[in-house]
Amino acid sequence: MSTAAATKDKSVLWDWLTTVDHKKLAILYLVAGGLFFIKAGLMAVFMRIQLMTAENDFLTGQTFNELITMHGTIMLFLAATPLIFAFMNFVIPLQIGARDVAFPFVNALGFWIFFFGGLLLSVSWFFGGGPDAGWTAYVPLSSGEYADLGLDFYVLGLQVSGIGTLVSGINFIVTIINMRAPGMTMMRMPLFCWTGLVISILIVFAFTPLAAGLALLMLDRLFGGQFFIPDMGGNAVLWQHIFWIFGHPEVYILVLPAFGIISEVVPAFSRKRLFGYTAMVFATLVIAFLGFMVWVHHMFTVGLGPITNSVFAIATMGIAVPTGIKIFNWLFTMWGGKITFNTAMLCASSFVPTFVLGGVTGVMLAMTPVDYLYHDTYFVVAHFHYIIIGGIVLGLLAGLYYWYPKMFGHKLNEKLGMLMFWLFYIGFHMTFFIQHILGLIGMPRRVYTYLEGQGMETMNLISSIGSFVMGAGILVLLINVVYSAFKAERITVNDPWDARTLEWATPTPIPEYNFAQTPQVRSLDPLFYEKMHGDGTIKPAEPMEDIHMPNGSILPFIIGLGLFTWGFGMVMINMENPIIPPAVVIGVGFVLTFGSMFIRSIKEDHGYHIPVEQVKKIEKEVS
Amino acid sequence: MADDLSKPFPKSSMSEEEIMKINKERRIQVTSFAFMIFLTILAFVAVATEMIEVGFAIPFILLLAVIQFFLQMYYFMHLKDKDHGWPNAFIISGVVLSTPALIALILLLGVTKY
Repeated sequence: MSTAAATKDKSVLWDWLTTVDHKKLAILYLVAGGLFFIKAGLMAVFMRIQLMTAENDFLTGQTFNELITMHGTIMLFLAATPLIFAFMNFVIPLQIGARDVAFPFVNALGFWIFFFGGLLLSVSWFFGGGPDAGWTAYVPLSSGEYADLGLDFYVLGLQVSGIGTLVSGINFIVTIINMRAPGMTMMRMPLFCWTGLVISILIVFAFTPLAAGLALLMLDRLFGGQFFIPDMGGNAVLWQHIFWIFGHPEVYILVLPAFGIISEVVPAFSRKRLFGYTAMVFATLVIAFLGFMVWVHHMFTVGLGPITNSVFAIATMGIAVPTGIKIFNWLFTMWGGKITFNTAMLCASSFVPTFVLGGVTGVMLAMTPVDYLYHDTYFVVAHFHYIIIGGIVLGLLAGLYYWYPKMFGHKLNEKLGMLMFWLFYIGFHMTFFIQHILGLIGMPRRVYTYLEGQGMETMNLISSIGSFVMGAGILVLLINVVYSAFKAERITVNDPWDARTLEWATPTPIPEYNFAQTPQVRSLDPLFYEKMHGDGTIKPAEPMEDIHMPNGSILPFIIGLGLFTWGFGMVMINMENPIIPPAVVIGVGFVLTFGSMFIRSIKEDHGYHIPVEQVKKIEKEVS
Repeated sequence: MADDLSKPFPKSSMSEEEIMKINKERRIQVTSFAFMIFLTILAFVAVATEMIEVGFAIPFILLLAVIQFFLQMYYFMHLKDKDHGWPNAFIISGVVLSTPALIALILLLGVTKY
């Protein structure tokens, strides 16, 4: 059949649209997630400008509601999730010693479906405004009676992007279970792979209830269903249950990989192995399990009754135990280590105290009686931003600085990195620490203004200034990316950080097939083991042979486009006077999606082989 | 080298023993299928005819459902077979995670407050 020549002479655009290479998809995820992150961050800055002074009229209440909804939705579904998938895509196959994920085609499919789902949600701005019922979209606020077209985009957009996330999650489970290199037993996997496996499982179990809930809401809104309308025998509390059965595990889906990144960065720059590896794995599993048993703590004030509330309160406090195990393990990893404080390590080590602050307020919120006091105030806002920014974003930043040389072939500038870190870290605490106090003196969340003379002006002003400082930090990061791309020294060594895990055994830049020969893993932290007990290179587990690679395909892109068209057509059902009948658009979407699936099914595609001579040539070039 | 991947093989490469094993497996599948159909018919009969009173019929068909669930999982979906550790782990964790959610939803959405 064909040979490696198949990959040459493609235009750059066509190459990126059709790629099934996990490294390129990681960069696509990184760019898409980064763009959504910046967009939602700007929304947050607008909201802080509005709240800077009492009775400000920078935004109307309606716009503020739309911004608040889109900020939350985008940050969780379209920024944090893809950024995490970016690192999982790039790192996990390398860390387990695989040539690619188990299903490269499905990997591309997951990205494009997520991307078009996000696009569908975002086009709502051009059709009468974004969704405005909060990212939780509680009924009846999100029902046909109160919410406009924006919420149809929310329902369909999340449905589509949720399919993408589910597909990627399944792919990673299969990859981690089946594609590990010889000797890479489960208990030798780096912690980032473990958390990747666990969150993939969580995705499969948590995104399915969300898909079901969104389908019910869609039936209510588009086809006159009554699942959530009490007057017609429905139940509004049912939505809250379904949403939080998904929503609470979602928090762990995002934070566990951040834990994984921290558990990679901290040992690498402390020059010690991770303290209590087994306990860390165990704690991850326990957190994942408990994460499913605590959803009612978001609904303490709904009035479900004292026994229910107590049971879920205690379960919630239980999560503090495995989390505490992790915190102490990171501290003990750093203890006595030869620590290098570069940007990645600064982000990773400052994550620990910040996350503890978020955890403490979490336990405070878990106490039902006082939760009646905290509920729906800025205290809650402060709490979850400490978890999400202090936990997830700092973890992602640490991962970005740590894996950047492997991904792009050069490091990010350290001086700009330090500047970014301090701006971001100080701005973050300035924005959110004071919001605890604002919440305690009674400022409700999700309001677009407040009155003078209630003692909230100064604190809101400080919080707003903090958010500008934080925004400046992200701006410095963007400048750093551009600056380093032009000025930074190219990396030619395999292992610029003197790190421990298998991804640093690959040459930089990484050839398409990752490992010319599948590596033989002899220990936890395989590269470190070989540096200590071997000659510093990983032993191959097989002779050099022709390498079988998957062909690129445009079909994932078309399937994503088809689902986008389908979703848009569904939204059109609720539009007044659409130019084209909705049924036509829905039909086109169906044909695109299922037609592509049909082509994929009947067209045989066995991939191609890179001949061994060429592998040898590439290996000589990169080493 | 990958040119003839889509051609069918002229002859099965399985040994006599493997063929016998497959035939046995097929017999087990058919038997369990017939048994499950029987259980379903039993459930329908229990509800449709008025021979059994309602108070007994509900736990009875629930019991049938549980039996059928295990038959489905272990015989139809091969959880009983060797090297099915991972599928077992995933199905069991799915059951463990969804059961409390279901029970809670049934209990918490009612009029009584716990």
